[in-house]
Amino acid sequence: MNQRTPLIIFAAIMAAIPFIPGVPPFWIVLLNNIGLAALVAMGLVLLTGVGGLTSFGQAAFCGFGAYTTAVLTTAYGVSPWVTLPLSLLVSGIAAVLLGIVTVRLSGHYLPLGTIAWGIALFYLFSKLEFLGRNDGISGIPPLSIGGFRMLDPGTIYFAIWIAVLVSALLTMNLLDSRTGRAIRALRRGHIAGEAFGVQTPRAKLLVFVYAAVLAGLSGWLYAHFQRAANPTPFGAHAGIEYLFIAVVGGAGYVWGAVLGAGIVVILKEILQSYLPYIFGGQSQLETIVFGILLVVLLQLAPTGVWPWLMARLPIKLARKTPDTSLPLAARVRAPASSAALLQIEKARKQFGGVIAVNDVSFDVRSREIVALIGPNGAGKSTTFNLITGVLTTTGGTISVLGNKVDNAPPQEVVKLGVSRTFQHVKLVPDMTVLENVAIGAHLRGSSGAISSMFRLDRADEAKLLAEAARQIERVGLGDQIDQLAGSLSLGQQRIVEIARALCVDPLLLLLDEPAAGLRHMEKQRLAALLRQLRDGGMSVLLVEHDMGFVMDLADRIVVLDFGTKIAEGTPAEIKTNPDVIKAYLGAAA
Amino acid sequence: MNTTIMLFLLQDGITNGAIYALLGLALVLVFAVTRVILIPQGEFVTFGALSYAMLATGQVPGTAKLALAMGIVAFGLDLFDIRRSLRPTRILRAFAFNIVLPAIILALTYGLAGPKTPIAVNIALSLLIVAAIGLFLYRIAFQPLAHTSVLVLLIASVGCHLALQGLGLVFFGAEGLRGPALSSAALTIGPLRFTGQSLAVYGLTIAFIVALWLFFGFTLMGKALRATAVNRLGARLVGIRTTLSGQIAFLLASLIGAISGILIVPITTLYYDTGFLIGLKGFIAAIIGGLVSYPLTAVAALIVGSVEAFSSFYASNYKEVIVFTLILPVLVLRSLAAPAVEEEKD
Repeated sequence: MNQRTPLIIFAAIMAAIPFIPGVPPFWIVLLNNIGLAALVAMGLVLLTGVGGLTSFGQAAFCGFGAYTTAVLTTAYGVSPWVTLPLSLLVSGIAAVLLGIVTVRLSGHYLPLGTIAWGIALFYLFSKLEFLGRNDGISGIPPLSIGGFRMLDPGTIYFAIWIAVLVSALLTMNLLDSRTGRAIRALRRGHIAGEAFGVQTPRAKLLVFVYAAVLAGLSGWLYAHFQRAANPTPFGAHAGIEYLFIAVVGGAGYVWGAVLGAGIVVILKEILQSYLPYIFGGQSQLETIVFGILLVVLLQLAPTGVWPWLMARLPIKLARKTPDTSLPLAARVRAPASSAALLQIEKARKQFGGVIAVNDVSFDVRSREIVALIGPNGAGKSTTFNLITGVLTTTGGTISVLGNKVDNAPPQEVVKLGVSRTFQHVKLVPDMTVLENVAIGAHLRGSSGAISSMFRLDRADEAKLLAEAARQIERVGLGDQIDQLAGSLSLGQQRIVEIARALCVDPLLLLLDEPAAGLRHMEKQRLAALLRQLRDGGMSVLLVEHDMGFVMDLADRIVVLDFGTKIAEGTPAEIKTNPDVIKAYLGAAA
Repeated sequence: MNTTIMLFLLQDGITNGAIYALLGLALVLVFAVTRVILIPQGEFVTFGALSYAMLATGQVPGTAKLALAMGIVAFGLDLFDIRRSLRPTRILRAFAFNIVLPAIILALTYGLAGPKTPIAVNIALSLLIVAAIGLFLYRIAFQPLAHTSVLVLLIASVGCHLALQGLGLVFFGAEGLRGPALSSAALTIGPLRFTGQSLAVYGLTIAFIVALWLFFGFTLMGKALRATAVNRLGARLVGIRTTLSGQIAFLLASLIGAISGILIVPITTLYYDTGFLIGLKGFIAAIIGGLVSYPLTAVAALIVGSVEAFSSFYASNYKEVIVFTLILPVLVLRSLAAPAVEEEKD
């Protein structure tokens, strides 16, 4: 089944509903409420489910959208269509200001911070004179096209659901792109993304603003649907409820937002209208039952209803296979010289009193495989982190092709052509192998968020995916290309990381224990691949514990022990070096 | 503004701040041990306060029945969990803990409640009731979700808040209640008059801070709780019962909440939904304290209380706006100071 078909079917059904004879007008009102909630929840899906940033403050952004149009249309007589971009702009600017403050917060600070400013904004809405204080603003004009005024719920229904469908389409387009992959990688921490040039803070701010603009759109529609705006729907409880909707529907799925909005809005309606009959008019009973049902639902399906439903659906959506013939411009390489590609001089890293890397110096020349070995805790991975900019050096210099890189951010180091894998695999488990590997090509594409949303990035995107597919083929994982990265064995995941690093088109490849978890045959295949890369002009620096693998493969070996370099030389020299034997086997050996 | 007004405002702020500090401590405690951001903390406050106020009028509060009802549900869940090895001793233990215990509390409440019941008995009964509710709340709502993400726990916490707040309306009605003061003693220093009530607030707050600090710093149980917070699996592997840690955290939190409620209900009228806002102000303090440090949380709570008192004097309309915006400069400082190096949290 084509990716678009379900969307078209859904749009057709939604368009037909108002024309079905006998549909009660009240249902249309409910559907309008569902659409309005779905818009906000869709922003939260991107922000919370995909990006991992939890916000309780989305209702406040609805408030910005609603009050902007309310004030401008009632006090200044501006047309609603003119206030639409202004509403979105005001929500967006508010999001930029609040986002700069909050998105850098990690973990639990972020949701708590958003509760705080969400409540502060609610009180601000209800106290400001020009927003009508607690009474709000009424008499907002309806939307109108020419002489056609959208006065009743049945007409604004179309405006709301067109907004929902268009937003869903744009959001899905965004997620399925270069920028989208960067956003989807956010939840798993920033180190992996940044190693391939993703500007993490910018990506976080982007989703924050995107979610706020969707909320602002919902607020604008709400104001013209209700024809009034007061603070209540923009308070803390509303903000909490939007988050509910996203989580109940399935926080990582665009359609989960629509489904969740449907479930929550209808459930509340049923509870409000039927509970009084059962329990005899007790007020607030619905909140009790609603709260309990919510906890029960979370216990039964913590990931939400949408993925639960999808797993039971017999139809699987077809994935497009990338056309591997599309070329991607390669890195401009300086003519081969005997100068060192990577030069490390007296690099030093101290963590408080611990010296993890103690004035280590070595170099890697072009077309060379250098192995960095040493017992556990020798400072090998720390050295990798110093080279790639994850950690800053305490002293010494590191340069790539004569450019000093010490203390440059990881995004700058990768631009010089240094790419890496990680000792602890850092893939996004719920993305496919292809998508994970394509993150490696992040810097070789240029399309931004807006062009992805409107599908103007397809040429650029096809080239990136083609490159990713070629690298996957090259490392021998062609059969697993469409599998989720989390479903592969640990050894295969390490190979996926190598493919991702190769997508950078690197001059120097840093591999942190690439052979761990591989079987004998797989190790031999890996060694063959690395030799082939070297012969193709690439240099490799690897950390590895498998001595047989290292001795067979490396041209040169550097040995670290307790942060200090104790030996350097060819495999034959290292094998007989007394210091090395002592470090590995103890003095008696 | 003269010194007297300033001193009055400061006194008011410190009294409120001490309550926020207690709540902030409880929030930090629960988050540190269970990763639950305990939104229903405010309901513990109102349940404690309003149960106490109702007992003072000689009525039996509905919360006592709620404790028994929650115990029955918890018993059902316990039976379901041990369904593969239903041995009589285990069933009896679950029965005693989940049903007999709240039933005794309910019976005691019925037996002792009356217009002439001493204040101390009423306090003890309210604390028992709320403590049982806190324990069972963990068992029913959070223990089955203990392995999930902070976000899911947070949403569940919101669900509990909604349900409990709704129940609060059923039990206590929409009218606010006030309780009798703990003591009528008073102390005058210069222009300031310290009531026995406010002295009790200060004393208990300080006692709790010291007690928590001692508990977490110097006892094996306290250290086990902290270990659970850092790594559930690791804690289990070294033999710490993580479920027990969660129960203790919720027990302490509900007790602290109920005590705060009993402390303030003689000073201000409380409504069934007042707890939410009081709890949130405790949150502000807890966030400023970084959700880890008890002394810092206490200091932050005093600042929150004082800012609230002063802003209600100067700009009463914008009181809440000011209090909740207080957090922004702190967040900015935090985001500038600490480069985020947290990794891979789901």
